[in-house]
Amino acid sequence: MTDSSPVRAARPLSPHLQVWRWHITMFSSIAHRATGIALYVGALILAAGAASLASGPEAYGGFRAAIGSIPGKVVLFGLTVSVFYHLAAGVRHLVWDTGRLMQPRSADMACAASLAFGGAAAVAVWIIAALMGAL
Amino acid sequence: MADYRSTLSRARGLGSAKHGVGHWISERVTSVALAPLVIWAVYSGLVLAAAGYADAVAWVRSPVNAVLAVLLLAVSFWHMHAGMRVIIEDYVHTALNKTALLVLNLFVCVLGGGFAVFCVLKVAFMGAAA
Repeated sequence: MTDSSPVRAARPLSPHLQVWRWHITMFSSIAHRATGIALYVGALILAAGAASLASGPEAYGGFRAAIGSIPGKVVLFGLTVSVFYHLAAGVRHLVWDTGRLMQPRSADMACAASLAFGGAAAVAVWIIAALMGAL
Repeated sequence: MADYRSTLSRARGLGSAKHGVGHWISERVTSVALAPLVIWAVYSGLVLAAAGYADAVAWVRSPVNAVLAVLLLAVSFWHMHAGMRVIIEDYVHTALNKTALLVLNLFVCVLGGGFAVFCVLKVAFMGAAA
């Protein structure tokens, strides 16, 4: 009962990550963190873009060449998926904060919907970019 | 309501720092602000991807774009700081490493965000670089 006791009871600990069967709410939670970290880097890339624009045409041209290269496009596509997934998952968390969609089945569906939105919206934006001739 | 704290725990006087709710709310409020801002940012990215330097400068010189870009950067870097802080607090448990990473996170977000906002304002007010 008290934390002043010198002998701690051998209480059960929560299972470690490795002994859990993978399920979609767990994956979505990890993906929310991972995309958050990716967007942290993405915001620093955005800051670099703003700096290059402020520096002048040469620096801005260099920045555009870097993000327009094949590795640059791969990173940008990953950031597009991250933006849309993190957005959808953020809305999902705001809904969960109100106590809604917390039953296992509806929580799974909300996770599936946010994952699908992240992928679909990113692909749609890149198709639009291709149609605009922006690639 | 039952008090589950021991007498020793009460005597030590430790407990909640009374800042947790404020942090939680600021994460939510910044996320609500960012929802429309990032959709505008993706749209802007498409517009700028198809444009060159002169068009990009003209785009930033538009007051609506300049204000939204500054808001996007300020709120994003604020939200990033809050999110990365939670990640560090969850996974790093050595006091010195944790403190160093928390300070680094704060400095990166304040410096990166402040610098990016300055760059946008420079272009907005002064136009193309000489």
